[in-house]
Amino acid sequence: MVHQKISLQEGLDLQCGERVAPLDIAYQTYGTLSPARDNAILICHALTGDQYVADPHPFTGKPGWWARMVGSGLPIDTDRFFVICPNVLGGCMGSTGPLSHKPDSDELWGRDFPIITMHDIVAAQVKLMDHLGIGRLFAVIGASMGGMQVLTWASDYPDRVFAAMPIATSAFQSAQNIAFNEVSRQAIFADPDWHDGNYRQFDTIPARGLGVARMMAHITYLSEEALTRKFGRRVRNASQPSAIGNMPSVFFGDMFEVESYLRHQGSTFVKRFDANAYLSITRAMDYFDLAAEYDGDLTIPFKGSPTRFCVISFSSDWLFPTSQSRHLVRALNRSGANVSFVEIESDRGHDAFLLEEPDFDRTMRGFLNGAAEHAGLTQGGIAHAR
Amino acid sequence: MRVDQQVIADMIAPCSRVLDVGSGDGSLIGHLFRTRACDAQGIELSMEAVTHSVAHGLPVIQGDADHDLIHYPNDSFDYVVLQRTLQAVERPREVLRQMLRIGEHAIVSFPNFGHWRLRLQLLYTGRMPMTSVWATPWHETPNIHPCTIKDFFALCEEDGYVVEHWTTVNERGRRAPWYYSPRLANLCGEQALFLLRRKT
Repeated sequence: MVHQKISLQEGLDLQCGERVAPLDIAYQTYGTLSPARDNAILICHALTGDQYVADPHPFTGKPGWWARMVGSGLPIDTDRFFVICPNVLGGCMGSTGPLSHKPDSDELWGRDFPIITMHDIVAAQVKLMDHLGIGRLFAVIGASMGGMQVLTWASDYPDRVFAAMPIATSAFQSAQNIAFNEVSRQAIFADPDWHDGNYRQFDTIPARGLGVARMMAHITYLSEEALTRKFGRRVRNASQPSAIGNMPSVFFGDMFEVESYLRHQGSTFVKRFDANAYLSITRAMDYFDLAAEYDGDLTIPFKGSPTRFCVISFSSDWLFPTSQSRHLVRALNRSGANVSFVEIESDRGHDAFLLEEPDFDRTMRGFLNGAAEHAGLTQGGIAHAR
Repeated sequence: MRVDQQVIADMIAPCSRVLDVGSGDGSLIGHLFRTRACDAQGIELSMEAVTHSVAHGLPVIQGDADHDLIHYPNDSFDYVVLQRTLQAVERPREVLRQMLRIGEHAIVSFPNFGHWRLRLQLLYTGRMPMTSVWATPWHETPNIHPCTIKDFFALCEEDGYVVEHWTTVNERGRRAPWYYSPRLANLCGEQALFLLRRKT
Protein backbone atom coordinates (compact mmCIF):
# COMPACT_ATOMS: atom_id res chain seq x y z
CA MET A 1 0.00 0.00 0.00
CA VAL A 2 1.51 3.33 -1.09
CA HIS A 3 0.11 6.40 0.62
CA GLN A 4 0.69 9.94 -0.63
CA LYS A 5 3.30 11.36 1.71
CA ILE A 6 6.19 13.70 2.28
CA SER A 7 9.41 12.49 3.84
CA LEU A 8 11.48 15.06 5.74
CA GLN A 9 15.04 13.98 6.39
CA GLU A 10 15.52 16.49 9.20
CA GLY A 11 12.92 14.58 11.23
CA LEU A 12 11.15 15.90 14.29
CA ASP A 13 12.35 16.57 17.82
CA LEU A 14 9.73 15.22 20.19
CA GLN A 15 8.68 16.67 23.53
CA CYS A 16 10.10 13.63 25.30
CA GLY A 17 13.57 14.56 24.03
CA GLU A 18 13.84 11.83 21.40
CA ARG A 19 13.97 12.46 17.70
CA VAL A 20 12.28 10.65 14.85
CA ALA A 21 13.97 10.91 11.46
CA PRO A 22 13.09 10.86 8.70
CA LEU A 23 9.62 12.22 9.38
CA ASP A 24 6.99 10.84 7.04
CA ILE A 25 3.57 12.48 6.88
CA ALA A 26 0.95 10.79 4.75
CA TYR A 27 -1.93 13.02 3.69
CA GLN A 28 -4.81 13.46 1.30
CA THR A 29 -5.95 16.74 -0.22
CA TYR A 30 -9.22 17.78 -1.86
CA GLY A 31 -10.04 20.90 -3.86
CA THR A 32 -7.60 23.54 -5.07
CA LEU A 33 -5.38 25.91 -3.13
CA SER A 34 -6.23 29.49 -4.07
CA PRO A 35 -3.49 31.70 -5.57
CA ALA A 36 -3.51 33.71 -2.33
CA ARG A 37 -3.13 30.41 -0.38
CA ASP A 38 -5.86 31.56 1.97
CA ASN A 39 -8.53 28.87 1.58
CA ALA A 40 -6.85 25.88 3.26
CA ILE A 41 -8.74 23.81 5.82
CA LEU A 42 -6.87 21.25 7.90
CA ILE A 43 -8.96 18.32 9.11
CA CYS A 44 -7.55 16.45 12.10
CA HIS A 45 -8.74 12.87 12.41
CA ALA A 46 -9.77 11.03 15.55
CA LEU A 47 -8.03 8.14 17.34
CA THR A 48 -8.82 5.44 14.79
CA GLY A 49 -9.42 7.69 11.80
CA ASP A 50 -6.98 8.35 9.00
CA GLN A 51 -6.27 10.69 6.09
CA TYR A 52 -8.89 9.09 3.85
CA VAL A 53 -11.53 11.57 4.91
CA ALA A 54 -13.46 11.59 1.64
CA ASP A 55 -11.86 8.80 -0.41
CA PRO A 56 -12.81 5.13 -0.22
CA HIS A 57 -10.62 3.47 2.38
CA PRO A 58 -7.77 1.58 0.65
CA PHE A 59 -8.09 -1.44 2.98
CA THR A 60 -11.82 -1.74 3.62
CA GLY A 61 -13.16 -0.11 0.45
CA LYS A 62 -15.70 1.76 2.59
CA PRO A 63 -16.45 5.46 1.88
CA GLY A 64 -14.20 8.00 3.60
CA TRP A 65 -15.05 8.56 7.28
CA TRP A 66 -16.37 12.08 6.60
CA ALA A 67 -17.42 11.66 2.97
CA ARG A 68 -20.81 13.09 3.89
CA MET A 69 -19.18 16.30 5.20
CA VAL A 70 -16.26 16.93 2.83
CA GLY A 71 -16.79 17.28 -0.91
CA SER A 72 -18.22 19.35 -3.70
CA GLY A 73 -21.25 21.28 -2.44
CA LEU A 74 -21.04 19.66 1.02
CA PRO A 75 -20.66 21.65 4.29
CA ILE A 76 -16.86 21.59 3.95
CA ASP A 77 -17.10 22.54 0.31
CA THR A 78 -14.14 21.44 -1.80
CA ASP A 79 -15.30 23.73 -4.63
CA ARG A 80 -14.37 26.56 -2.33
CA PHE A 81 -11.80 25.24 0.14
CA PHE A 82 -8.55 23.33 -0.16
CA VAL A 83 -8.85 20.50 2.35
CA ILE A 84 -5.83 18.72 3.81
CA CYS A 85 -6.09 15.68 6.06
CA PRO A 86 -2.85 14.14 7.34
CA ASN A 87 -2.43 10.81 9.11
CA VAL A 88 -1.27 11.56 12.66
CA LEU A 89 2.27 11.02 13.86
CA GLY A 90 2.24 7.63 15.58
CA GLY A 91 -0.42 6.36 13.20
CA CYS A 92 -0.32 3.38 10.89
CA MET A 93 -1.47 4.74 7.53
CA GLY A 94 1.83 5.99 6.17
CA SER A 95 2.94 8.62 8.69
CA THR A 96 5.90 7.93 10.95
CA GLY A 97 4.79 5.60 13.72
CA PRO A 98 5.45 2.21 15.28
CA LEU A 99 5.28 0.61 11.81
CA SER A 100 8.17 2.79 10.57
CA HIS A 101 11.78 1.75 10.55
CA LYS A 102 14.15 2.94 13.24
CA PRO A 103 16.74 5.43 11.93
CA ASP A 104 19.40 3.69 9.80
CA SER A 105 17.98 0.27 10.61
CA ASP A 106 15.86 -2.47 9.12
CA GLU A 107 14.15 -2.89 12.46
CA LEU A 108 10.65 -1.51 13.01
CA TRP A 109 10.03 0.88 15.89
CA GLY A 110 7.29 -1.34 17.28
CA ARG A 111 6.77 -0.75 20.97
CA ASP A 112 10.05 1.19 21.15
CA PHE A 113 8.38 4.07 19.33
CA PRO A 114 8.97 7.15 21.52
CA ILE A 115 6.20 8.62 23.63
CA ILE A 116 4.37 11.27 21.64
CA THR A 117 2.03 14.10 22.66
CA MET A 118 -0.60 16.23 20.93
CA HIS A 119 2.08 18.93 20.62
CA ASP A 120 4.26 16.49 18.66
CA ILE A 121 1.35 15.42 16.45
CA VAL A 122 0.60 19.06 15.67
CA ALA A 123 4.28 19.96 15.21
CA ALA A 124 4.46 17.28 12.50
CA GLN A 125 1.40 18.81 10.81
CA VAL A 126 3.05 22.23 10.95
CA LYS A 127 5.96 20.79 8.98
CA LEU A 128 3.50 19.54 6.38
CA MET A 129 1.93 23.02 6.12
CA ASP A 130 5.38 24.57 5.73
CA HIS A 131 6.13 22.06 2.99
CA LEU A 132 2.86 22.90 1.20
CA GLY A 133 3.60 26.63 1.54
CA ILE A 134 0.56 27.34 3.69
CA GLY A 135 1.26 30.02 6.30
CA ARG A 136 -2.14 30.61 7.85
CA LEU A 137 -4.84 27.99 7.72
CA PHE A 138 -8.31 29.33 7.10
CA ALA A 139 -9.68 26.69 9.45
CA VAL A 140 -8.62 23.73 11.54
CA ILE A 141 -11.42 21.26 12.17
CA GLY A 142 -11.47 18.05 14.16
CA ALA A 143 -13.65 15.91 16.38
CA SER A 144 -12.78 13.86 19.46
CA MET A 145 -8.97 13.45 19.44
CA GLY A 146 -9.07 15.59 16.28
CA GLY A 147 -10.53 18.34 18.48
CA MET A 148 -7.57 18.01 20.85
CA GLN A 149 -5.32 18.70 17.86
CA VAL A 150 -7.47 21.71 16.91
CA LEU A 151 -7.06 23.16 20.42
CA THR A 152 -3.33 22.46 20.35
CA TRP A 153 -3.04 24.23 16.99
CA ALA A 154 -4.91 27.25 18.34
CA SER A 155 -2.81 27.45 21.49
CA ASP A 156 0.60 26.68 19.97
CA TYR A 157 0.22 28.52 16.63
CA PRO A 158 -2.55 31.12 17.10
CA ASP A 159 -1.38 33.25 14.18
CA ARG A 160 -1.64 30.31 11.81
CA VAL A 161 -5.27 29.47 12.60
CA PHE A 162 -7.99 31.87 11.45
CA ALA A 163 -10.89 29.69 12.58
CA ALA A 164 -10.96 26.64 14.83
CA MET A 165 -13.70 24.09 15.22
CA PRO A 166 -13.19 21.68 18.12
CA ILE A 167 -16.02 19.14 17.99
CA ALA A 168 -17.10 16.60 20.64
CA THR A 169 -13.85 17.11 22.49
CA SER A 170 -12.26 18.47 25.64
CA ALA A 171 -9.28 20.54 26.72
CA PHE A 172 -8.13 17.58 28.80
CA GLN A 173 -8.52 13.82 28.72
CA SER A 174 -10.86 12.91 31.58
CA ALA A 175 -10.11 10.22 34.15
CA GLN A 176 -12.96 8.17 32.73
CA ASN A 177 -11.48 8.29 29.24
CA ILE A 178 -8.01 7.39 30.52
CA ALA A 179 -9.67 4.46 32.29
CA PHE A 180 -11.32 3.24 29.07
CA ASN A 181 -8.03 3.57 27.20
CA GLU A 182 -6.30 1.57 29.90
CA VAL A 183 -8.82 -1.28 29.51
CA SER A 184 -8.14 -1.21 25.76
CA ARG A 185 -4.42 -1.40 26.33
CA GLN A 186 -4.70 -4.20 28.86
CA ALA A 187 -6.79 -6.21 26.39
CA ILE A 188 -3.94 -5.91 23.87
CA PHE A 189 -1.26 -6.80 26.46
CA ALA A 190 -3.26 -9.88 27.51
CA ASP A 191 -3.27 -11.34 24.01
CA PRO A 192 -0.67 -14.18 23.70
CA ASP A 193 0.03 -12.90 20.18
CA TRP A 194 1.15 -9.56 21.61
CA HIS A 195 4.70 -10.88 22.18
CA ASP A 196 5.63 -7.85 24.22
CA GLY A 197 4.96 -5.64 21.23
CA ASN A 198 7.24 -7.55 18.86
CA TYR A 199 4.38 -9.41 17.18
CA ARG A 200 5.58 -8.51 13.67
CA GLN A 201 8.73 -10.58 14.27
CA PHE A 202 6.49 -13.56 14.99
CA ASP A 203 4.50 -12.81 11.84
CA THR A 204 1.30 -12.34 13.77
CA ILE A 205 -0.87 -9.58 15.25
CA PRO A 206 -2.69 -9.42 18.61
CA ALA A 207 -6.02 -9.57 16.78
CA ARG A 208 -8.09 -10.74 19.73
CA GLY A 209 -6.71 -8.15 22.12
CA LEU A 210 -7.03 -5.31 19.63
CA GLY A 211 -10.48 -6.58 18.65
CA VAL A 212 -11.67 -6.55 22.26
CA ALA A 213 -10.14 -3.08 22.72
CA ARG A 214 -12.15 -1.86 19.76
CA MET A 215 -15.36 -3.55 20.95
CA MET A 216 -15.09 -1.91 24.35
CA ALA A 217 -14.19 1.48 22.90
CA HIS A 218 -16.99 1.26 20.37
CA ILE A 219 -19.57 1.05 23.16
CA THR A 220 -18.27 4.36 24.49
CA TYR A 221 -18.89 5.96 21.08
CA LEU A 222 -22.59 5.11 21.19
CA SER A 223 -25.39 5.72 23.66
CA GLU A 224 -27.90 3.55 25.44
CA GLU A 225 -30.71 4.97 23.28
CA ALA A 226 -28.76 4.32 20.09
CA LEU A 227 -27.98 0.73 21.08
CA THR A 228 -31.57 0.10 22.08
CA ARG A 229 -32.92 1.53 18.87
CA LYS A 230 -30.44 -0.28 16.68
CA PHE A 231 -30.40 -3.68 18.37
CA GLY A 232 -32.73 -3.82 21.36
CA ARG A 233 -32.68 -7.33 22.81
CA ARG A 234 -33.02 -9.00 19.44
CA VAL A 235 -31.16 -12.27 19.00
CA ARG A 236 -29.41 -13.36 15.89
CA ASN A 237 -30.31 -16.54 14.03
CA ALA A 238 -27.94 -19.20 15.45
CA SER A 239 -27.32 -20.76 12.02
CA GLN A 240 -25.49 -17.65 10.83
CA PRO A 241 -21.72 -17.86 11.17
CA SER A 242 -20.01 -15.79 13.79
CA ALA A 243 -18.20 -12.66 12.76
CA ILE A 244 -14.89 -13.71 14.25
CA GLY A 245 -13.82 -17.25 13.48
CA ASN A 246 -11.84 -17.89 16.61
CA MET A 247 -14.53 -16.72 18.99
CA PRO A 248 -17.28 -19.08 20.01
CA SER A 249 -20.36 -17.93 18.10
CA VAL A 250 -22.79 -19.16 20.70
CA PHE A 251 -21.70 -19.53 24.27
CA PHE A 252 -24.94 -19.77 26.19
CA GLY A 253 -27.34 -20.35 23.34
CA ASP A 254 -28.46 -17.56 21.04
CA MET A 255 -26.29 -14.56 20.38
CA PHE A 256 -27.67 -11.04 20.76
CA GLU A 257 -27.46 -8.81 17.73
CA VAL A 258 -25.47 -6.25 19.67
CA GLU A 259 -22.83 -8.90 20.40
CA SER A 260 -22.59 -9.82 16.75
CA TYR A 261 -22.30 -6.16 15.80
CA LEU A 262 -19.46 -5.56 18.24
CA ARG A 263 -17.59 -8.65 17.07
CA HIS A 264 -17.88 -7.39 13.53
CA GLN A 265 -16.54 -4.00 14.62
CA GLY A 266 -13.60 -5.72 16.33
CA SER A 267 -12.75 -8.03 13.45
CA THR A 268 -12.81 -5.37 10.74
CA PHE A 269 -10.80 -2.96 12.87
CA VAL A 270 -7.81 -5.28 13.31
CA LYS A 271 -7.44 -5.52 9.53
CA ARG A 272 -6.73 -1.83 9.21
CA PHE A 273 -5.14 -0.78 12.49
CA ASP A 274 -1.85 -1.57 14.17
CA ALA A 275 -1.87 -2.44 17.88
CA ASN A 276 1.30 -0.49 18.70
CA ALA A 277 -0.12 2.56 16.92
CA TYR A 278 -3.27 2.20 19.02
CA LEU A 279 -1.14 2.14 22.17
CA SER A 280 0.97 5.09 21.06
CA ILE A 281 -1.96 7.32 20.13
CA THR A 282 -4.17 6.48 23.13
CA ARG A 283 -1.22 7.44 25.33
CA ALA A 284 -0.90 10.78 23.54
CA MET A 285 -4.60 11.36 24.24
CA ASP A 286 -4.20 10.45 27.90
CA TYR A 287 -1.37 12.94 28.35
CA PHE A 288 -3.44 15.72 26.81
CA ASP A 289 -4.25 18.48 29.30
CA LEU A 290 -3.80 21.96 27.83
CA ALA A 291 -4.20 23.80 31.12
CA ALA A 292 -1.70 21.64 33.00
CA GLU A 293 1.19 23.43 31.30
CA TYR A 294 -0.17 26.74 32.62
CA ASP A 295 -0.75 25.89 36.29
CA GLY A 296 -4.24 24.67 35.50
CA ASP A 297 -5.38 27.97 33.97
CA LEU A 298 -6.99 27.20 30.62
CA THR A 299 -7.34 30.88 29.74
CA ILE A 300 -3.59 31.41 29.34
CA PRO A 301 -3.05 29.32 26.18
CA PHE A 302 -5.83 31.31 24.47
CA LYS A 303 -5.13 34.79 25.86
CA GLY A 304 -5.51 37.39 23.12
CA SER A 305 -6.16 34.67 20.56
CA PRO A 306 -7.04 36.07 17.12
CA THR A 307 -8.76 32.79 16.24
CA ARG A 308 -12.54 32.49 15.82
CA PHE A 309 -13.73 29.41 17.66
CA CYS A 310 -16.80 27.27 17.13
CA VAL A 311 -17.20 24.65 19.84
CA ILE A 312 -19.70 21.87 19.16
CA SER A 313 -20.95 19.09 21.43
CA PHE A 314 -23.65 16.44 21.14
CA SER A 315 -26.29 16.07 23.83
CA SER A 316 -25.96 12.29 24.28
CA ASP A 317 -22.14 12.14 24.08
CA TRP A 318 -20.97 10.73 27.40
CA LEU A 319 -17.36 10.20 26.32
CA PHE A 320 -16.81 13.93 25.71
CA PRO A 321 -19.92 15.38 27.37
CA THR A 322 -21.28 18.87 26.80
CA SER A 323 -20.05 19.89 30.27
CA GLN A 324 -16.47 19.58 29.01
CA SER A 325 -17.23 21.71 25.96
CA ARG A 326 -18.87 24.31 28.19
CA HIS A 327 -15.78 24.31 30.41
CA LEU A 328 -13.74 25.07 27.30
CA VAL A 329 -16.16 27.77 26.12
CA ARG A 330 -16.01 29.53 29.48
CA ALA A 331 -12.23 29.49 29.43
CA LEU A 332 -12.30 30.94 25.92
CA ASN A 333 -14.71 33.63 27.13
CA ARG A 334 -12.39 34.45 30.01
CA SER A 335 -9.49 34.74 27.59
CA GLY A 336 -11.46 37.18 25.45
CA ALA A 337 -11.63 34.95 22.37
CA ASN A 338 -14.41 35.06 19.79
CA VAL A 339 -16.49 31.95 20.45
CA SER A 340 -19.58 30.25 19.12
CA PHE A 341 -20.95 27.25 20.98
CA VAL A 342 -23.68 24.86 19.91
CA GLU A 343 -24.86 21.66 21.54
CA ILE A 344 -26.45 19.51 18.85
CA GLU A 345 -29.48 17.54 20.02
CA SER A 346 -28.80 13.90 19.14
CA ASP A 347 -29.35 10.54 20.82
CA ARG A 348 -26.50 8.84 18.97
CA GLY A 349 -23.67 9.47 21.41
CA HIS A 350 -20.12 10.46 20.57
CA ASP A 351 -20.33 8.97 17.06
CA ALA A 352 -22.96 11.56 16.12
CA PHE A 353 -20.20 13.69 14.59
CA LEU A 354 -19.79 11.04 11.89
CA LEU A 355 -23.49 10.66 11.20
CA GLU A 356 -26.28 12.49 9.44
CA GLU A 357 -27.19 15.38 11.77
CA PRO A 358 -28.79 18.26 9.81
CA ASP A 359 -28.23 20.83 12.59
CA PHE A 360 -24.56 19.90 12.71
CA ASP A 361 -24.22 20.28 8.94
CA ARG A 362 -25.96 23.66 9.00
CA THR A 363 -23.73 24.82 11.86
CA MET A 364 -20.58 23.70 10.05
CA ARG A 365 -21.58 25.38 6.80
CA GLY A 366 -22.76 28.58 8.50
CA PHE A 367 -19.73 28.95 10.74
CA LEU A 368 -17.35 28.47 7.80
CA ASN A 369 -19.31 30.95 5.68
CA GLY A 370 -19.33 33.51 8.49
CA ALA A 371 -15.61 33.03 9.13
CA ALA A 372 -14.92 33.33 5.39
CA GLU A 373 -16.80 36.64 5.38
CA HIS A 374 -14.62 37.89 8.24
CA ALA A 375 -11.47 36.58 6.56
CA GLY A 376 -12.40 38.41 3.37
CA LEU A 377 -12.57 35.22 1.34
CA THR A 378 -14.61 35.66 -1.81
CA GLN A 379 -18.05 34.09 -1.68
CA GLY A 380 -17.64 31.84 -4.67
CA GLY A 381 -14.19 30.72 -3.60
CA ILE A 382 -11.34 30.28 -5.98
CA ALA A 383 -13.47 29.76 -9.06
CA HIS A 384 -14.50 33.41 -8.80
CA ALA A 385 -11.15 34.66 -7.61
CA ARG A 386 -9.48 33.62 -10.82
CA MET B 1 -35.30 43.67 12.71
CA ARG B 2 -37.69 45.24 15.24
CA VAL B 3 -37.81 49.03 15.43
CA ASP B 4 -36.54 49.01 19.04
CA GLN B 5 -33.54 47.01 17.85
CA GLN B 6 -32.93 49.75 15.31
CA VAL B 7 -33.08 52.27 18.17
CA ILE B 8 -30.53 50.16 20.08
CA ALA B 9 -28.30 49.85 17.02
CA ASP B 10 -28.34 53.64 16.65
CA MET B 11 -26.96 53.99 20.20
CA ILE B 12 -23.89 51.91 19.32
CA ALA B 13 -20.79 53.54 17.86
CA PRO B 14 -19.31 51.94 14.75
CA CYS B 15 -16.50 49.39 15.16
CA SER B 16 -17.40 48.72 18.81
CA ARG B 17 -17.13 45.43 20.63
CA VAL B 18 -20.66 44.35 21.50
CA LEU B 19 -22.13 41.49 23.53
CA ASP B 20 -25.84 40.88 22.99
CA VAL B 21 -27.23 38.93 25.94
CA GLY B 22 -30.33 37.08 24.77
CA SER B 23 -29.47 37.55 21.12
CA GLY B 24 -32.47 35.57 19.80
CA ASP B 25 -32.18 34.91 16.08
CA GLY B 26 -29.04 37.08 15.97
CA SER B 27 -30.58 39.89 13.93
CA LEU B 28 -29.03 42.68 16.04
CA ILE B 29 -25.48 41.28 16.00
CA GLY B 30 -25.76 40.49 12.29
CA HIS B 31 -26.91 44.06 11.65
CA LEU B 32 -24.12 45.53 13.80
CA PHE B 33 -21.47 43.48 11.99
CA ARG B 34 -22.72 44.21 8.48
CA THR B 35 -23.64 47.88 8.78
CA ARG B 36 -21.43 49.15 11.60
CA ALA B 37 -18.37 46.88 11.35
CA CYS B 38 -18.85 45.94 15.00
CA ASP B 39 -17.25 42.90 16.58
CA ALA B 40 -20.58 41.61 17.90
CA GLN B 41 -21.15 38.37 19.80
CA GLY B 42 -24.22 36.84 21.36
CA ILE B 43 -25.41 34.71 24.27
CA GLU B 44 -28.74 32.98 23.83
CA LEU B 45 -30.70 30.55 25.99
CA SER B 46 -32.60 28.72 23.26
CA MET B 47 -30.40 26.15 21.56
CA GLU B 48 -32.58 26.31 18.47
CA ALA B 49 -31.93 30.05 18.17
CA VAL B 50 -28.21 29.52 18.83
CA THR B 51 -27.97 26.93 16.08
CA HIS B 52 -29.87 29.24 13.75
CA SER B 53 -27.48 32.10 14.52
CA VAL B 54 -24.26 30.08 14.17
CA ALA B 55 -25.62 28.51 10.98
CA HIS B 56 -25.85 32.08 9.69
CA GLY B 57 -22.24 32.74 10.55
CA LEU B 58 -22.86 34.71 13.75
CA PRO B 59 -20.72 34.12 16.85
CA VAL B 60 -23.21 33.04 19.51
CA ILE B 61 -22.86 30.76 22.52
CA GLN B 62 -25.59 28.94 24.38
CA GLY B 63 -25.89 30.35 27.85
CA ASP B 64 -27.80 32.81 30.03
CA ALA B 65 -27.38 36.17 31.71
CA ASP B 66 -27.37 34.79 35.26
CA HIS B 67 -24.63 32.19 34.79
CA ASP B 68 -22.43 33.14 31.87
CA LEU B 69 -21.57 36.83 32.22
CA ILE B 70 -19.26 36.08 35.14
CA HIS B 71 -16.90 34.27 32.75
CA TYR B 72 -16.03 37.39 30.74
CA PRO B 73 -13.09 39.55 31.81
CA ASN B 74 -13.49 43.19 32.91
CA ASP B 75 -13.91 45.71 30.10
CA SER B 76 -14.07 43.13 27.36
CA PHE B 77 -16.83 45.00 25.49
CA ASP B 78 -17.79 48.56 24.66
CA TYR B 79 -21.50 47.73 24.91
CA VAL B 80 -23.40 44.90 26.58
CA VAL B 81 -27.01 44.68 25.43
CA LEU B 82 -29.88 43.01 27.30
CA GLN B 83 -33.13 43.15 25.36
CA ARG B 84 -36.51 42.53 27.00
CA THR B 85 -34.93 40.06 29.41
CA LEU B 86 -34.10 41.90 32.65
CA GLN B 87 -37.50 41.01 34.17
CA ALA B 88 -36.90 37.31 33.51
CA VAL B 89 -33.45 36.82 35.03
CA GLU B 90 -32.88 35.34 38.47
CA ARG B 91 -30.89 38.27 39.85
CA PRO B 92 -31.46 41.45 37.82
CA ARG B 93 -29.29 43.64 40.01
CA GLU B 94 -26.32 41.26 39.74
CA VAL B 95 -26.84 40.91 35.99
CA LEU B 96 -26.68 44.71 35.63
CA ARG B 97 -23.56 44.79 37.77
CA GLN B 98 -21.92 42.12 35.58
CA MET B 99 -22.95 43.95 32.39
CA LEU B 100 -21.27 47.13 33.58
CA ARG B 101 -18.22 45.20 34.76
CA ILE B 102 -17.54 43.55 31.40
CA GLY B 103 -18.80 46.45 29.30
CA GLU B 104 -18.21 50.18 29.40
CA HIS B 105 -21.87 50.72 28.51
CA ALA B 106 -25.00 48.70 29.14
CA ILE B 107 -28.09 48.94 26.95
CA VAL B 108 -31.12 47.53 28.74
CA SER B 109 -34.69 47.24 27.55
CA PHE B 110 -37.58 45.92 29.64
CA PRO B 111 -41.37 46.02 29.65
CA ASN B 112 -42.66 48.75 31.95
CA PHE B 113 -44.90 47.38 34.72
CA GLY B 114 -46.02 50.90 35.57
CA HIS B 115 -48.07 51.27 32.37
CA TRP B 116 -51.55 52.71 32.98
CA ARG B 117 -53.32 49.68 31.50
CA LEU B 118 -51.68 47.39 34.06
CA ARG B 119 -52.43 49.77 36.90
CA LEU B 120 -56.07 50.02 35.88
CA GLN B 121 -56.52 46.28 35.49
CA LEU B 122 -55.11 45.60 38.91
CA LEU B 123 -57.24 48.35 40.43
CA TYR B 124 -60.51 47.34 38.77
CA THR B 125 -60.28 43.56 38.54
CA GLY B 126 -58.08 42.81 41.54
CA ARG B 127 -56.33 40.18 39.42
CA MET B 128 -52.81 40.10 38.01
CA PRO B 129 -52.89 42.18 34.83
CA MET B 130 -52.77 40.51 31.42
CA THR B 131 -51.89 42.59 28.37
CA SER B 132 -50.22 41.97 25.03
CA VAL B 133 -46.88 42.77 26.69
CA TRP B 134 -47.58 40.80 29.88
CA ALA B 135 -49.32 37.95 28.12
CA THR B 136 -48.78 34.95 30.40
CA PRO B 137 -50.68 34.13 33.62
CA TRP B 138 -48.82 34.71 36.88
CA HIS B 139 -48.20 30.99 37.48
CA GLU B 140 -46.65 30.45 34.04
CA THR B 141 -44.78 33.68 33.44
CA PRO B 142 -40.99 33.69 33.08
CA ASN B 143 -41.14 37.39 34.07
CA ILE B 144 -40.33 36.93 37.74
CA HIS B 145 -38.87 40.41 38.36
CA PRO B 146 -41.17 43.00 36.80
CA CYS B 147 -40.29 46.62 37.44
CA THR B 148 -41.42 50.10 36.48
CA ILE B 149 -39.39 52.83 34.83
CA LYS B 150 -39.33 54.65 38.14
CA ASP B 151 -38.00 51.53 39.89
CA PHE B 152 -35.26 51.25 37.34
CA PHE B 153 -34.19 54.87 37.75
CA ALA B 154 -34.02 54.22 41.49
CA LEU B 155 -31.80 51.15 41.04
CA CYS B 156 -29.44 53.07 38.75
CA GLU B 157 -29.21 55.81 41.38
CA GLU B 158 -28.57 53.31 44.15
CA ASP B 159 -25.88 51.38 42.28
CA GLY B 160 -24.22 54.45 40.81
CA TYR B 161 -24.91 54.06 37.11
CA VAL B 162 -25.08 57.07 34.84
CA VAL B 163 -28.18 57.13 32.63
CA GLU B 164 -26.70 58.51 29.42
CA HIS B 165 -29.88 58.16 27.49
CA TRP B 166 -33.34 56.69 27.93
CA THR B 167 -36.49 56.40 25.89
CA THR B 168 -39.67 54.35 25.64
CA VAL B 169 -41.06 52.48 22.69
CA ASN B 170 -44.38 50.77 22.19
CA GLU B 171 -44.81 47.04 21.70
CA ARG B 172 -44.16 47.29 17.97
CA GLY B 173 -40.98 49.17 18.83
CA ARG B 174 -42.07 52.66 17.80
CA ARG B 175 -40.63 55.49 19.83
CA ALA B 176 -43.23 57.21 21.96
CA PRO B 177 -43.66 61.00 22.21
CA TRP B 178 -43.55 61.20 26.02
CA TYR B 179 -39.98 60.23 26.40
CA TYR B 180 -38.90 63.53 27.95
CA SER B 181 -40.91 63.10 31.14
CA PRO B 182 -40.10 60.11 33.35
CA ARG B 183 -43.50 60.37 35.11
CA LEU B 184 -45.44 60.35 31.86
CA ALA B 185 -43.23 57.64 30.40
CA ASN B 186 -43.80 55.50 33.49
CA LEU B 187 -47.53 55.78 32.89
CA CYS B 188 -47.65 55.51 29.11
CA GLY B 189 -44.46 53.75 27.98
CA GLU B 190 -44.77 50.05 27.14
CA GLN B 191 -41.08 49.21 26.73
CA ALA B 192 -38.26 51.15 28.36
CA LEU B 193 -34.82 51.47 26.83
CA PHE B 194 -31.79 52.67 28.82
CA LEU B 195 -28.18 53.41 27.90
CA LEU B 196 -26.09 53.23 31.06
CA ARG B 197 -22.47 53.86 31.94
CA ARG B 198 -20.42 53.26 35.06
CA LYS B 199 -19.74 56.32 37.20
CA THR B 200 -16.09 57.21 36.62
